[in-house]
Amino acid sequence: MTSQATTGSRLVRIFPILLILPAVALVTFLVIFPLIWALGLSFYSYNVIRGGAPIFIGVENYYRLLNSLDVWRRFVLTGQFVFYAVSIEFLIGFGLAHLFYNQFRGRRLAITLVTTPLLVAPVAVGIFHRYLFDATFGIYSYIAQLITGQPVKILSQYPMFAIVFMDVWQWSPFMMLFILAGLEAIPKHMLESSEIDRLSMLAKFRYVIWPTIRPLVALALLFRTMDAFRTFDTIFTLTEGGPGTATEVLSIQIYRIAFQFFRTGEAAALAFIFLVIIVLLTNIYLRLARRE
Amino acid sequence: MANLRNNRRGRRKIVKTTLIYLSTIIAVIFFIFPIYWLVATSLKTRAQAFSTPPLFVWEPTFRNFIDIFLKRQTEIEAITGQELELATGAEIFFYNSFVVTFSSIAIATVIGVLAAYSFSRYKPAGTSTLMFFILSTRMLPAIVVAIPIYFFYRSLGLYNTYIGLILLYTMFNLPFAVWMMKSFFDEVPRDIEQAALVDGSNPVKVFYKIALPQVLVGLGATIGFLIINVWNEFLFALLLTERATRTVPVMIAGTRGEVGINWGLIAAIETLYILPALVLIFLLQRFLLRGMTFGTVRGVK
Repeated sequence: MTSQATTGSRLVRIFPILLILPAVALVTFLVIFPLIWALGLSFYSYNVIRGGAPIFIGVENYYRLLNSLDVWRRFVLTGQFVFYAVSIEFLIGFGLAHLFYNQFRGRRLAITLVTTPLLVAPVAVGIFHRYLFDATFGIYSYIAQLITGQPVKILSQYPMFAIVFMDVWQWSPFMMLFILAGLEAIPKHMLESSEIDRLSMLAKFRYVIWPTIRPLVALALLFRTMDAFRTFDTIFTLTEGGPGTATEVLSIQIYRIAFQFFRTGEAAALAFIFLVIIVLLTNIYLRLARRE
Repeated sequence: MANLRNNRRGRRKIVKTTLIYLSTIIAVIFFIFPIYWLVATSLKTRAQAFSTPPLFVWEPTFRNFIDIFLKRQTEIEAITGQELELATGAEIFFYNSFVVTFSSIAIATVIGVLAAYSFSRYKPAGTSTLMFFILSTRMLPAIVVAIPIYFFYRSLGLYNTYIGLILLYTMFNLPFAVWMMKSFFDEVPRDIEQAALVDGSNPVKVFYKIALPQVLVGLGATIGFLIINVWNEFLFALLLTERATRTVPVMIAGTRGEVGINWGLIAAIETLYILPALVLIFLLQRFLLRGMTFGTVRGVK
């Protein structure tokens, strides 16, 4: 064996490790370090404005938060937002996917146009919906007035509708992409034989379409539910959680506690409760998806 | 009889086609309208933007786009303070966004591509665990890590610096770069690379002479999504920057709640701000589903 071959094989052995090292190190630094720090902080009473050393109070932050009616109201509020937004997005996405499953001229262009909202910056979405919903010169308010015959102040009268509407506008195309991918994965011969067997629409859906698209639908719901739970930018820029606390979802509440009231320990505790919910939800979904 | 059936079938087809086009038009209007209206508003004067009922026909003006960059503090002293800040030096915020976006993407892409290649080809021990760990950061709510990072940055002197923001965005986009690029590497047959390795070629050379050229399209798509990710990021920019390093989204969000704001001017800034996304949606169309799922779902033909 020549010495060159030995160097080569040694390089081959450590080469893969060298390649992943920077990435794994950075991600670990990003996730593990701050999370541990935040977890520690959640057991302390600490206020940046008041200053002074953090005081260890054990689980009191958690105890107080979980016994606060206010916090539970935000849980319900966030849950409502996620439920409304994701289910409407699913229905619209489902309809759109079936529409675009047809082949017709201009289909590609139509798909591109419909999916445009997906990449638009959330902040821009929030701010221009503020204009669209504006009570005096917003065009959505104007349309609402044309329909109902009286002035409608959407943002102050129906704030939940406004944030759900905005989310549906931006994310329905996401559901559509998933379901369309599912539909296109159905083997052509199965569709054809279901035509020949004259299966009813319902039977065709139940036995041919649904089994193929089910895993993708589960994934789409997983992604959307998680993201809807974390929604911050769009709601923050549209309503800032208001009027009052009518649209103050959990992430905005955490932001306010941490960076407006500077009750850092309490915010960290709430953030951890939030994280646990997300992890639980992810697991439930993944288990459901895997069982299928 | 046969004729009649054909006729009926023909009519049904016409009805179906009409329905398809009708629904498509409604869908396109619903999803495009807000963006159209934003661009339209950017071409309106202040008075036109405030008109009730909203103006559908008007003479477009590019005044707002000029004002974003040229209007100086002294010229608009009469107008509200918020607008004053907006109208003076929007170019600074765009410059900041550019610097942060491109620096962090350059680093994340290099590190990410290397790791993705290794995970795809060599599958070192623990690959699946590490990949899952990397993916799990996708589910992490930003606000949870925002609290500790804010205080780290304050105490380490990274607050309000380019370096701080670039470092943060690099870390946040690494998982995406790794997963996305791995999905592209996985698609390329590895026979040639293996043959070259067996022949005793240098693995470094095999990587950039054989493997890399085969995933250039995927690399382009990955970079496209990274640009959007960083360009659109808001929460950390809001928490970690002040005027010197403030990026465009934070500046736009700063217009919240002002009563007398010039919507035409803001719409112009927003239009410029979302322009890269509007261009990229056309270029990335084929990879859209993939890009939004970390490369885990391959997507529509």
